[in-house]
Amino acid sequence: MALLAGAKGEARVLAGGTDLLVQMRADVLDPDLIVDIKKIPETRAVTEEKGSWRIGAAVTGAELKEHARLKHAWPGVVEAANLIGSTQVQGRATLGGNLCNGSPAADSVPALIAAGAVATLAGPKGKRDLPVEDVMLGPRKLALTKGEIVVSFLLPPRPPRSSDAYLRFIPRTEMDIAVVGAGVSVTVDGAGIITAARVSLGAVAARVLLVAEAAQAIIGSRLDRAAQDRLEAAARAACRPIDDKRGTIEFRTDVAAVLSRRTALIALDRARTN
Amino acid sequence: MAETNGHSQTNGQHYVGTRQVRPDGVDKVTGRARFGADFNLPGQLIGRVLRSPHPHARIVSIDTSRAEALPGVKAVITREDFGDQPSEFIPAGEMMMNYKDVVRNVMAREKVLYEGHAVAAVAATTTAIARRAIKLIEVKYEILPHVIDVVEAMRPGAPLLHDDLFTVGVEPKPDKPSNIAKRVEIKQGDVEAGFKKADVIIEREFKTAPVHQGYIEPHAALATVSEDGSTELWTTTQGHYIVRAHCARLLGLDMGKVRVTATEIGGGFGGKTVVYLEPLAIALSRKAKRPVKMVMSREEVFKASGPTSGATVRVKMGATKDGKFVAGFAELKYQAGAFQGSPVQPGTMCAYAPYDIADVHVIGYDVVSNRPKVAAYRAPGAPISEYAVESVVDEIAKKLGLDPIELRMMNAAREGTKAAYGPKFGPIGLEETLNAIKKTEHWNTPLRKWQGRGVASGFWFNIGGETTVSLTVNEDGTISLMAGTPDIGGLRASLSSVVADELGVPYDKVRPIIGDTGSLGFNFLTGGSRSAFSGSMAIVEAAKQIKADLCARACKLWEAKPDQVEFSDGSVKPLGALAEKVKPMSIADFAKAAGKTGGPIGGVGRINAQGAGPSFGTHLVDLEVDPETGRATILRYTVAQDAGRALHPAYVEGQYQGGAVQGIGWALNEEYIYGDDGKLQNAGFLDYRMPVASDVPMIDAILVEVANPKHPYGVRGVGETPIVPPLGAIANAMENATGIRFTELPMSPPKVLKALKEKGLNKV
Amino acid sequence: MAKHHIEATVNGDAVEFLCETEETLLDVLRDTLNMTGSKEGCSSGDCGACSVMLDGRLVCSCLVLGCEVSGRSIETIEGLAKGESLHPLQRRFLEAAALQCGICTPGFLVASKALLEKNANPSEHEVRFWLAGNLCRCTGYDKIVTAVMDTAAAMRKG
Repeated sequence: MALLAGAKGEARVLAGGTDLLVQMRADVLDPDLIVDIKKIPETRAVTEEKGSWRIGAAVTGAELKEHARLKHAWPGVVEAANLIGSTQVQGRATLGGNLCNGSPAADSVPALIAAGAVATLAGPKGKRDLPVEDVMLGPRKLALTKGEIVVSFLLPPRPPRSSDAYLRFIPRTEMDIAVVGAGVSVTVDGAGIITAARVSLGAVAARVLLVAEAAQAIIGSRLDRAAQDRLEAAARAACRPIDDKRGTIEFRTDVAAVLSRRTALIALDRARTN
Repeated sequence: MAETNGHSQTNGQHYVGTRQVRPDGVDKVTGRARFGADFNLPGQLIGRVLRSPHPHARIVSIDTSRAEALPGVKAVITREDFGDQPSEFIPAGEMMMNYKDVVRNVMAREKVLYEGHAVAAVAATTTAIARRAIKLIEVKYEILPHVIDVVEAMRPGAPLLHDDLFTVGVEPKPDKPSNIAKRVEIKQGDVEAGFKKADVIIEREFKTAPVHQGYIEPHAALATVSEDGSTELWTTTQGHYIVRAHCARLLGLDMGKVRVTATEIGGGFGGKTVVYLEPLAIALSRKAKRPVKMVMSREEVFKASGPTSGATVRVKMGATKDGKFVAGFAELKYQAGAFQGSPVQPGTMCAYAPYDIADVHVIGYDVVSNRPKVAAYRAPGAPISEYAVESVVDEIAKKLGLDPIELRMMNAAREGTKAAYGPKFGPIGLEETLNAIKKTEHWNTPLRKWQGRGVASGFWFNIGGETTVSLTVNEDGTISLMAGTPDIGGLRASLSSVVADELGVPYDKVRPIIGDTGSLGFNFLTGGSRSAFSGSMAIVEAAKQIKADLCARACKLWEAKPDQVEFSDGSVKPLGALAEKVKPMSIADFAKAAGKTGGPIGGVGRINAQGAGPSFGTHLVDLEVDPETGRATILRYTVAQDAGRALHPAYVEGQYQGGAVQGIGWALNEEYIYGDDGKLQNAGFLDYRMPVASDVPMIDAILVEVANPKHPYGVRGVGETPIVPPLGAIANAMENATGIRFTELPMSPPKVLKALKEKGLNKV
Repeated sequence: MAKHHIEATVNGDAVEFLCETEETLLDVLRDTLNMTGSKEGCSSGDCGACSVMLDGRLVCSCLVLGCEVSGRSIETIEGLAKGESLHPLQRRFLEAAALQCGICTPGFLVASKALLEKNANPSEHEVRFWLAGNLCRCTGYDKIVTAVMDTAAAMRKG
């Protein structure tokens, strides 16, 4: 921390390296200082704390996948982490790195936001907590102060009959950056009615969005056709995407609606059987 | 080796047509095989290239003084280090090239013509220093307007790339330069009269995006030049003799002083038939007097090595109501990149080659624009024009209510058909591939909603050409085979089987190597599907010499007349009464006695191979479209192609499977994406989306064998044709799945979803 | 900047080397340790040709810094064959013509071995998705996937 805070010139944090090393090789970045946070034990641990889960920022996707109880509690978060790159990349890529790379298309971020995850930051002035949706301000722009790093994420305790899901759209079946990503977390009551929900969309705006209107659209419903239509409309309305090499504004908006619905249906199905 | 005196060494076993383990295989599964970037020399420097950030600009000045002053920098080269070349076209690879353009492509002279165009290069003691030195070179540019699209580049008033480029092939000769380098055409019969006979005429315009060959190994070269000008070069190439010729020409070297070794090659597909780094590495080494190694980054491969053309194609076909094709017209506009020389000529010739049509007229334009110069890519030019024709053929079938295979069968070129591009076909296998596809279980399996099935055929000429191989019988009777065409996908296995059968020796007693330019006579490159075809012909010649020599030696030893001996099954055998007196002698026996019977035993086949038989193929594909996202998934795929005779069936299947998957990429996702700034936005494997393992199903491969009568084993080239049919087959399957005829490649999800929305089909 | 002094294990052998901060494990393997079996196809983790095992985990060595491997264990393609005997995957790749040009082969073999160690009976779907990070432009993947599944079947039989 002192190293980062005191660094002259450009300093970068190395977690899994799957973005940092690529940017260095492409001459996008030429840092004067690289700090490997994997050496901080807190960043490498997955622990259960009174029904909630704390995931170290430098735990890899492959390690999360092997964590059966975490996967049971938060299948969406784990599947999102496991969509970051190939098998090889999953051996390195981390939730902390995925968030701090500052890409609105990061796969794990919509899942974390839908989960209501809180990031624990550590810096020269000590620790603080920040909801994940508030960490990223825009492309490559973070709310972290100089010398501050993300140490871990806290996933809140799960009420019964809760679950989550994450889907993304890519042109191929693997190896692409999300053109749209959708994370949904829901809780249902004994009658199968949604009592709580969070919906998050990636790659449709300058930052990953928490779409409260989309959650409102399905709370109190069984996600029947009318609720699905409301969800799709809310998702559409939230999109502020760009045209780029990965997709058009129109395409992203259309697919965001489709994925919101499909993801919500999976999350609901899981919650009902949880 | 087992005792062979008097016995066949192989017990009559033949290897051609069997699936032998490749002789170079162990090295390739253990990491031992040395590819382009795996060679190093003591004292070597690292070379790097400064590339243009602009798509089109005049170079006002280049100041290298700060780079030269950086400690560790041993040489810097620019346009000043290359003499100009006269304008002159020579055949190179499967296309023509002009050294005036080649010298400008390897190092920009007056202007930079595309983003990534080489402007200077440095050699330094470390990679880090070379990277720093590049940044110290100051280039002043006068930025010029650029043009990327082929149709825009053809418009009057478009930014001009070359002020001395006047369209060839039009009357009267133009008095103003343009970006249209050339107009070509082929004509057969009277196409207007043909259309008058038609009951149905379909006319469509198609667009395809430029796609890269996508070899996994980047370009790499290692050069060392001594004080007397002797030059050695190791490079990953499809043709090291061609590399030698280009480098000697560009740098004013005697060919005899340039020795080029082809390293193992990590894929080429046509893209490694030209020079990029090689002349730069030699020029740097000549200046620094130390070995220089250069390796492209993946970004450089995309920005500065050849993709194939993107194109705009208009096709108009006419048929009678019972399905007979009566007229075919097409107009092809192919992007050449920054310098002329797109594969539009083969594109025009291939367009209607699968069909027997009396009246055909195809016009092609070769057009320059501010993109990297195109290079050959597997059946250069053919996939584009045949995609357009196969799409229209399918539409005709639909319109007439005919089965698409039956329609193709009815019009298929067969032995005796005069192709619109000129020749009369000998025995060919198009009908056989159509029949093979029709008989598959695949063709007869039902489909569900949103699933579609497509079929398309394809053609490639195949070539022969200049080829040298040598066969040496070693002292222990084993055989050394030297070929001069780089082995890009199992060539050594195929050729070794031929040697084993010709000489009657066991396959594992044949050891093949790819010789360097100083060790073996001239070879044209590996390309055009020629290396197994021509190499096996040359082996037959070389083996003939050995067999004749051994028979002559036996006659001497046995005091016999030539008609009293014969060579068979690896031995010279006495015939008739002589058989009572002497025992047969095997190659190993002669090898032992070589010194006493006339000296070293060997043969050299030097041929200019003729008679390459064309290869036709038919592909069948099933896919499923997600109507809400526009994404297509390939469900099932079958290839049937005529191999003439498959020397090594597994590697022939591999060609079919690999070509099909490259075609899937071309059809669905691969493209060069440019911004308005004229810069390439997806110069990497992340956003240049080649198919990955999870994108594709198994590719069933059916080997059809209609022997090529002009080859001793009946061989036809097989490498190119497999990439021709997939584009049309997949477009036809998409039409079948959605009811929409897509006329633009790639059929990427945003395009497909947009089309579905326009028809209101995107809701489930 | 001073170079880092690193000690690690490669294919069971102790190695030590000096590297610059920005040098990747792939740079170290190829240029410093002269182990050129791991290939560089993209330097961005998109092709898998540089696949190695790092402490038993499959990674792209182009996405690991040389200075990160201190005290760790690396396995490369050069360590796949034991003595004179090829690994069953290597043998099957040869017999089944699962390689054409061969540049991607080391990466595919390392990745396939990692799969079979985790899953002795993978489905075609699992093989294809596990290997999605390994690009091959020659084979269309058919013979590679078949070879991996056939090897798994043979290894299950023992």
